[in-house]
Amino acid sequence: MAQPTISLDHRTLLSAELARYATRRVTNSIVRIILLILTAIAVLTLLVIVGYVVLNGLSTLFPVVDGHLTFNVGFFTKPGSAPGDEDPGGVFNGIVGTLEMLAIGAFIAVPIGLGTAIYLSEYAVGRLGRIVRFIIDLLAGLPSVLVGLFIWMVFIHTRILDFSGLAGALGLMIIIIPIVASSVEAILRLVPDSLREAGLALGLAKWRVILRIVLPTVSGGVATGILLSLARAAGETAPLLLTTAGSTLFTNTDPLKPMTSLTLQIYNYATSAYPAQNQQAWGNALVLISVIAMFSAAVRYVTGRNRYDQ
Amino acid sequence: MTNSPMIAPPVPAGVSTKHNITRKGIALTVRNLNAYYGTSLAVGDVTLDFSPNTITALIGPSGCGKSTLIRCFNRMHEVLRGAHAEGEVILDGDNIYAPDADPVRIRRRIGMVFQKPNPFPTMSIYNNVIAGLKLNGGSHSGINYDEVVENSLRQAALWDEVKNKLKDSGASLSGGQQQRLCIARAIAVDPEVLLLDEPCSALDPIATLKIEELLQQLVEKYTIIMVTHNMQQAARCSEKTAFMLADDKRVGHLVEYTATSEIFTRPKDKRTEDYISGRFG
Repeated sequence: MAQPTISLDHRTLLSAELARYATRRVTNSIVRIILLILTAIAVLTLLVIVGYVVLNGLSTLFPVVDGHLTFNVGFFTKPGSAPGDEDPGGVFNGIVGTLEMLAIGAFIAVPIGLGTAIYLSEYAVGRLGRIVRFIIDLLAGLPSVLVGLFIWMVFIHTRILDFSGLAGALGLMIIIIPIVASSVEAILRLVPDSLREAGLALGLAKWRVILRIVLPTVSGGVATGILLSLARAAGETAPLLLTTAGSTLFTNTDPLKPMTSLTLQIYNYATSAYPAQNQQAWGNALVLISVIAMFSAAVRYVTGRNRYDQ
Repeated sequence: MTNSPMIAPPVPAGVSTKHNITRKGIALTVRNLNAYYGTSLAVGDVTLDFSPNTITALIGPSGCGKSTLIRCFNRMHEVLRGAHAEGEVILDGDNIYAPDADPVRIRRRIGMVFQKPNPFPTMSIYNNVIAGLKLNGGSHSGINYDEVVENSLRQAALWDEVKNKLKDSGASLSGGQQQRLCIARAIAVDPEVLLLDEPCSALDPIATLKIEELLQQLVEKYTIIMVTHNMQQAARCSEKTAFMLADDKRVGHLVEYTATSEIFTRPKDKRTEDYISGRFG
């Protein structure tokens, strides 16, 4: 093909355009590098925190005794210690407390959260729905120390409950409810109305359509919402600090008695004046991060396996 | 699932289940029907008689209210927030808009197929077909699901294509197959009337042809009412055609309703003539 002849004017234009193209390329790379640096700061922050916890935690779990690397079995089987104890003890009571309070809290909170989510997505119309949604959002944003204070005032100060695992579980319940409600509602709204209509047009009652068609369609997403709320609650300290009076020394499974948790142990040990206890805080933190990581892994597994695509 | 003993047909000798019965469809009578979205009227004062075992096409330009109207025939219109309808739709002597009429029971007698195929994505082909029976509660002991699945899929002309993969997901089928699966699902609950809201508008011409052929067989058993924006389709498949048009207040009205051969050759109304001759819409 014959090249069209380019006049002088066109050539000048072309070179100006080329120059602009060069500037654009440079600007593009600069912007890209700045964004990369900002992202790196965000990612590094997480890596440094986790890395620090892992390194220090591992030295609690695998202490060097007489020049040999050993595994501290007692760390997982023993409860914690009192300040100045020769044996710094372990995390057993913390794990038991965290899991038990989480289980009780979730047992109450998940049905409430799910019910709220279904109500908001399937039934609430107009103003009432907006008000409920606003309150749920407020609840989700409530500083968790206020949750602890609330439980203390309503249940403990009034002597309805003692400082106990149950009181702590109620605090976690308040943390879990709005997270489940808002995340599950968002997921239910992803279900296209055409599926609801298909069910209704077959002569199915509305509640059956919700239970047998809408929920199964997004079961993976619902499970994700619940697991995320559990991960969040597992890391809470403030609602427990004011309600459980957990002792680092005892393992307790009775929910009506004082109970400790991994987060409370970390708080107690980290603020201790004894270096041996400070070291225990790292071990507790590593276990806590592992528990939360397991929830996250479960989330990834569930969402990867059961994804609604259309 | 025949609900009223009044319309239960006599069981012919030698027929083992009610799903094998060739039954006449039921007439549907519409009197002074008004459909609203919130307070605004969308379809005004429609009066119509649908003959049993007949395919009736509802045609008209976009926004004329034909989909709104057909959704009033099984009380699906009111499912949308703020929507409601007034007037009478009489199925076999019972007004489905009577205060004590249960929309859930009505929808089992008047099945519906939608514009976009909507099989349940988490269910197998098999479970999609029996969803209406299996999920509706009550006793299922008398139902032979295998038989229902085979009969419904045969009626929907899908059996031969899926009989070896009934456990596969309903979403794995092609669009045309999905739509026939939706037809099978609708007829599995044994309705008397079948409503189709632009059933072929999401399908290619070959799949469309298959559905049109299928309707000619289904009309032996059911009264069929179909919304279509495709005039050729109305001319090809229907015996009767109703033409709707929105007025300047965007309220849809019935303009003309007569035999399909009549409406496409000798329309009585000037507006019908303009529409079918392609002058607007």
